[in-house]
Amino acid sequence: MSEQVRDLESFRAEVASWLQDNFPKTLKGQGIAPFGGVEGEVEIDPDAALWRDRLASRGWGTPTWPSEIGGGGLSHVEAKVLSEEMHRVGAINPIPLLAGMGVTMVGPTILEYGTEDQKRRHIPGICSGKIRWCLGYSEPNAGSDLASLATKAEDNGDFWLINGQKVWTSGADISQWCGALVRTDPSAKKRDGISFLMLKMDQPGVETRPIKLIAGASPFCETFFNDARAEKGDLLGALNDGWSVGKRLLQHERASQTGARPTSNKVGLTLQDLAKQYVGEDEEGKLLDSDLRTRIASHLMHTKAHGLTVARIAAEAKGNPEVSAAASILKNSATRVSQERAELALEAMGHQGIGWEGDGFTEDEIEHVRGWLSGKAISIYGGSFEIQNNIIAKNILGLPEMTQKG
Amino acid sequence: MAALNEEQQMIKDQATAWVKAQAPVSKFRAMRDQEAPLGFFPDTWTAMTELGWSGLVIPEAYGGAGLGYQTLGLVLEQLGRNLVASPLFASSVVGAAALMTWGSDAQKQSVLPSIANGSRWVVLALDEGPRFNPTSITTRLEKSEQGWVLSGHKTFVMEGMAAHDLLVAAEVVQPGLEPELCLVLVDADIAGLSRVPMKTMDARGYANISFDQVLVESDAILDIQGSLQTVTDIAAATIASEMLGTAAAAFDMTLDYLKTRKQFGQVIGGFQALGHRAASLYSEMELTRSCVEAALVALDQSSENSSELVALSKTKVSEFLHEMSGQLIQIHGGIGMTDDFDAGFYLKRARVLESAYGNAAYHRDRYASILGF
Repeated sequence: MSEQVRDLESFRAEVASWLQDNFPKTLKGQGIAPFGGVEGEVEIDPDAALWRDRLASRGWGTPTWPSEIGGGGLSHVEAKVLSEEMHRVGAINPIPLLAGMGVTMVGPTILEYGTEDQKRRHIPGICSGKIRWCLGYSEPNAGSDLASLATKAEDNGDFWLINGQKVWTSGADISQWCGALVRTDPSAKKRDGISFLMLKMDQPGVETRPIKLIAGASPFCETFFNDARAEKGDLLGALNDGWSVGKRLLQHERASQTGARPTSNKVGLTLQDLAKQYVGEDEEGKLLDSDLRTRIASHLMHTKAHGLTVARIAAEAKGNPEVSAAASILKNSATRVSQERAELALEAMGHQGIGWEGDGFTEDEIEHVRGWLSGKAISIYGGSFEIQNNIIAKNILGLPEMTQKG
Repeated sequence: MAALNEEQQMIKDQATAWVKAQAPVSKFRAMRDQEAPLGFFPDTWTAMTELGWSGLVIPEAYGGAGLGYQTLGLVLEQLGRNLVASPLFASSVVGAAALMTWGSDAQKQSVLPSIANGSRWVVLALDEGPRFNPTSITTRLEKSEQGWVLSGHKTFVMEGMAAHDLLVAAEVVQPGLEPELCLVLVDADIAGLSRVPMKTMDARGYANISFDQVLVESDAILDIQGSLQTVTDIAAATIASEMLGTAAAAFDMTLDYLKTRKQFGQVIGGFQALGHRAASLYSEMELTRSCVEAALVALDQSSENSSELVALSKTKVSEFLHEMSGQLIQIHGGIGMTDDFDAGFYLKRARVLESAYGNAAYHRDRYASILGF
């Protein structure tokens, strides 16, 4: 046994014994519900708070981040062992969820572009799971054409003064901090006059209004800035270089969205078993609707191909999942997997798949419908399906910037 | 591309260089124009045997290199890129696999070394109609007073005109026993056997073959334990590599054209309709490559789920090659329709490969059955 393998095995034993002592058994297999759910709509359960704090005390909510500022200081392989051991005992890491956009996007970007002072002030809060971050990117007139954003920040000597409006700000109403793209030089070309600012959400100049979406919930807000303030030291990256910082953050976002997740949170039946339940099967066990059977088979093959590709790209990067242009391929492919699955499940369920609420439908059925609806956002957020194709065409294939003619 | 070891990287580089220098598409064109009687050029084959490819997956004990299917796939992919015609797939892959899987020691000893050195072409005669249907075989092997007698008809036998020997799928019919599938090793020049060339659009050497009371020795029979699947899986998974190469070359030609062809005062690849099409084709190719490689690795490791991955691989690559070869013509426009340009070769070859050893629909149905629905 090599030294590395031996070290890894002793690390595994250490993790297992720590989990034995520290993971509250009441949370076993409970998923995210005790932590307030996806949108933080419920009060956090006391055991869940305890688990969050114990995990954070080791830095294991953000295992590969530097330990001096709240991370776990682990290597990628050690982090994998940690996650395997947690999975084994039915524990989840709630910190990426509790930190909003902090763990997946803002944090990695601060680690890359931030000053030592910024890292010291912002990273520990993210690692603790107590400071939630939102992102101020899109505006009513700047969606896919993000560089058209108009929210402006003026240097007032002692602070930045911010005015404008953002939209589709996920979790803005429950976040403590926001990373926002703002215009700091209105006279420069679109992309050259943008900066990345970090500001507090709890202040008089910031107002949030939740937007009710087609699935019924309100995960996004409109966010208004009226003379809102940001500290001078909270400009991330160089002045007017916000476009590169913001683009890099989006690469981290795409990398976090390359795994195909079910649009419904309930893990359970496979799609083929769900279909059998509602459609029925013949004596050989074949789904009675042969057309649906073919399409489910195609879908499952695409799902498998996606998984194999994620693994292949990771193997080629030698186990170091660096964000790359391939993330655009995987994001679009993951989108297709999730949305297709939701559509097929709904189709299989027939009239039981049109429920909105009430006793006529099971909880799972309603969950499928809501998940199918909210899943329509996957091909829009994080750079739409079409924007990803622009990126693939330009950055991987070397084609010119896209125009519409022809 | 999966992480390769040093030997695999070397073989891949060698295949890439050889195909580029020695087997350009113009060589295939010359073969087609001359209507080469075998469906390939013998000198091409000689060069390939000298590189050791004819014995690549045959064990060292029988004169081969004893390498795996993943390594073989690297060579097949390069051959597919330039539409290289040869008996490599039919004889050194499928024929050899059948003998390696089901041959007796004596059968292996007598045949495999000559397949490995490229001097003898031994191919599988399986299909009996227009579609791949390996469980419904009507060719019969019966006991008579003179010994075993083979009767029946086989269609679209790959390299069937060139082959020295055939491995014929047949049902053994014996009084009082359930009919059982087997393979019979038959000399292609034996009395009672007749071959008719099938002129296909990919200009290769297919044959329809009839067996009229062909006398067979009992030591020519291979016991296949009731199913051809082990070998048809190997065939489907390896031909998928060739198809991936064919599709990848079609993609590269298309991308090159998108970057050079100008209309409306700019290169056409800058138009979003075409750029997005290229982006989705490329993405689909990446997904397909993962499936093709996974199936070959599964065969090498005799994984439990190898059939599932083979069905996945052949479906994905058939779908992608179908789409890619169509887009190759469409995006090239009028020039793509001309015989002087190579695009048509890719389109024609694509449809032939798609149907070989089960088309997308066949393997999709199989995939669903394997997954239990």
